[in-house]
Amino acid sequence: MLHDREEQRGGTLSRRSVLRGGAAVLGGLVLGIALPAKRARAGEPQAAGAALNAFVHIPAQGPVSLVMPAVEMGQGVYTSQAMCLAEELDIGLDQIEAIHAPPDREHYGHPTFYVQATGGSTTTMAWSEPLRKAGATARAMLVSAAAAEWSVPASELVTERGVITHPGSGRRLRYGDVADRAGQFPPPTDVPLKSPDQFRLIGTRARRIDTPAKVVGKTVYGIDVIRPGMKFAALMAAPVLGGKVEHVDEAPALAMPGVRQVVVLEDIVAVVGDNTWIAEQGLRALDIMWSPGPNAALDQAQLWADTEKASTGPGVAVRKEGDAPGKLGTGVLFDATYELPFLAHTSMETQNCTVHVHDGGCEIWVGTQVPGYAQAGAAQVLGVSPDKVTVYNHLIGGGFGGRLEAAPIVTATRIAQKVSGPVKVIWSREQDIRQDMFRPLYHNRLKARVESGRIIAWQHRVTGPSILARWLPPAFKDGVDSDAIDGAAEPPYALGEMLVEYIRHENAVPFSFWRGVGPNSTVFSVESFLDLIAGKTGADPVAFRCLMLEKTPRARAVLDAAAAKAGWGKPLDPSPFGARRGRGVALMHAFGSHLACVADVAVTDGGDVRVTKVVVAADVGRVINPDTVVAQIQGGVVFGVATVLHNRITFAGGRVEQTNFNDYRLLRINEMPTIEVDLLSSSEKSGGIGEPGTVIVQPAVANAVFAATGVQLTRMPLDASLIARTV
Amino acid sequence: MGTISVNGETYEVVAASDTPLLWVLRDELGLTGTKFGCGIAQCGVCTVHVDGVAVRSCQMLVGMVGQRAITTIEGVGDTPVGARVQKAWLDLEVVQCGYCQPGQIMAATALLAANPDPDDGAIDAAMAGNLCRCGTYVRIREGIKHAARP
Ligand code: FES
Ligand code: FES
Repeated sequence: MLHDREEQRGGTLSRRSVLRGGAAVLGGLVLGIALPAKRARAGEPQAAGAALNAFVHIPAQGPVSLVMPAVEMGQGVYTSQAMCLAEELDIGLDQIEAIHAPPDREHYGHPTFYVQATGGSTTTMAWSEPLRKAGATARAMLVSAAAAEWSVPASELVTERGVITHPGSGRRLRYGDVADRAGQFPPPTDVPLKSPDQFRLIGTRARRIDTPAKVVGKTVYGIDVIRPGMKFAALMAAPVLGGKVEHVDEAPALAMPGVRQVVVLEDIVAVVGDNTWIAEQGLRALDIMWSPGPNAALDQAQLWADTEKASTGPGVAVRKEGDAPGKLGTGVLFDATYELPFLAHTSMETQNCTVHVHDGGCEIWVGTQVPGYAQAGAAQVLGVSPDKVTVYNHLIGGGFGGRLEAAPIVTATRIAQKVSGPVKVIWSREQDIRQDMFRPLYHNRLKARVESGRIIAWQHRVTGPSILARWLPPAFKDGVDSDAIDGAAEPPYALGEMLVEYIRHENAVPFSFWRGVGPNSTVFSVESFLDLIAGKTGADPVAFRCLMLEKTPRARAVLDAAAAKAGWGKPLDPSPFGARRGRGVALMHAFGSHLACVADVAVTDGGDVRVTKVVVAADVGRVINPDTVVAQIQGGVVFGVATVLHNRITFAGGRVEQTNFNDYRLLRINEMPTIEVDLLSSSEKSGGIGEPGTVIVQPAVANAVFAATGVQLTRMPLDASLIARTV
Repeated sequence: MGTISVNGETYEVVAASDTPLLWVLRDELGLTGTKFGCGIAQCGVCTVHVDGVAVRSCQMLVGMVGQRAITTIEGVGDTPVGARVQKAWLDLEVVQCGYCQPGQIMAATALLAANPDPDDGAIDAAMAGNLCRCGTYVRIREGIKHAARP
């Protein structure tokens, strides 16, 4: 399954057989991630074969091509999508090659988003069934063709590993032998899918199909693309958000050997050179005068204060049961505010995009979660129709929401428009952070009344921007951003009379999706608030939650499992990392999955927090590949621990204050907790798993710190000064 | 600038001698398995071996390499330890997006070559400079132990 690098590196991209359905746009657009070396080269006669639908192409010889509607960013969906197709098609994962879907909303548009996008932990939920149907339909067409050839009833034929057999007569045909004829059969409707007891792949710990090339350094990510005659560009945006270039003297850069060109746009300066380093050095040699624009006074304290102020305005009711405000007017109440900072994505692969503008259009080599938006964005820059823009998608070196926007592709196209020949634009880490579209700042205000140990009234008000209103306008309905309130509107608990409200508030800081999206803010707030109440009423946090879970047995089951596995209630051993120890719990229902988490922390006198152990129990419904689910939870936990301990983006004078990994800290291996994952078996509908691990660990850690120190942290990330003590 | 030796082959280098090795490997020699992540010695995705020692190629100027043997992710599988690490990475499904993994594998291979049976402390010390945004550290640790005692 090695990547055939020459295919991408050479001047010609080999043309693949045209797939039916997406034919018009697929011709010449499709790029394999796992191209076998023996594949036909451009100009050679194409092997016969047929596209049986937009997802399955059976060549006469060689591996079956499966088109992947959701992109691979490390979350394992190339394997899980291939498993769904291969399961019903009756082929092995060693007999396929995965192909990136080109921009083609009609065929590869997300079944619920409609636009062609990978995100929101939705791939398995949205695509399992359509892909299984595509596999089953293709298989039925192949079987029909063989049955016709042998003049036997299709029902007498069996299929296995790409071979059709007629047991009665012992006759056999390979899929490739009948693909041409199968392609002439009308696709049957309503082909039955396998029942779970017939699965051979789904539910197994199948080996990933994308990783063999990754461990030998052969995977070509967007940043690795090399085109003949390609130049390299480094770029810089105004340090102040929204600032513009006022003046730049190009001479110091142009005087440097290897620098070819300086590109000055309204808001960006780029230097083009013979390699990335020279381009970067040329950029540093420039003395650029920027005009700061309207955000020069933008300041973090003001951003917090503005959001706080907005939170007192009128909200839109998202869920209303009974008269919560009436019950929350006077008397002893619980009342708390939780604030979440801006965050950067910092995928290890920085933003990059290679563009070649030519012949009234352009070609783009990039790894993107939104190939359609990328195509449209570049077309708009060039003033051409989208069909003049060819997007070659690639495996992505970490997404986390950071590649759900066309903005970097638009920027690269604007630069490439001024450059003759292909140019690879690479964001330095500093520019990747500065130009990011951040996880927005959120504010959560919660109130509750407790009677006889139970919550009888609950109010949760979420204030923050609407990503969906911009990104997917039809999804922004009646003033409510369904993502921002996800996790607040339907918590797993019975909370009595309830009012959940949303207040849309936006500021000048660009914002977008970020791993965990809305539930990062809402679940954090709900779970922190529950521990606050438990603490003040003297209740055990697990027992207190259990009281409210009578109607949600799946939630109760994961909570019980996590508590048992973590030894909830047992004392914590002394830790070399800090004298104060605490254990915290959190529970969530979001992305269609139920997770509970118990985290143990040790806190030093200086207020440094070490997470020593994390236990997660998860019911994610029916699982395609259990090992991928565990890997996503493990990785999500690491991502979330860094978030709660370290991460924030702050502004001063309109500038992002963080620059690189020295001041935007990720977790390192020597800071790792042990992580135990208990995957509960479940036959419920599949839920999402890319994000929940990140969401659930943050409140568990914060609650553990609360248990250890008696201080509840209400503005993330943790602040050592608030939990330091003098001994 | 002169020649350098990468994965047993000799390459003529055009770039100036003060160019970091990383960009010579990636942009000039087309050996893009070695990655860029930070440029300031914070992330380790650019890790290569120079005479078997793990080095951050974003910090090493190509002119300083001399005739020492450079090994990159594309070549490390030719060493027995490198091949064992790559196999362990697949056996344990360490990899997610994979972008950091060339650096992780190079660091792990250098560790195991010097210390065939590292304990957790030795793993922490050798691997703390290699960031993974996907958070694969649990399996990186297991992978090193698995490669040490296959
Ligand atoms: S790129 Fe060299 S350490 Fe990050
Ligand atoms: S596997 Fe993605 S950064 Fe490590």
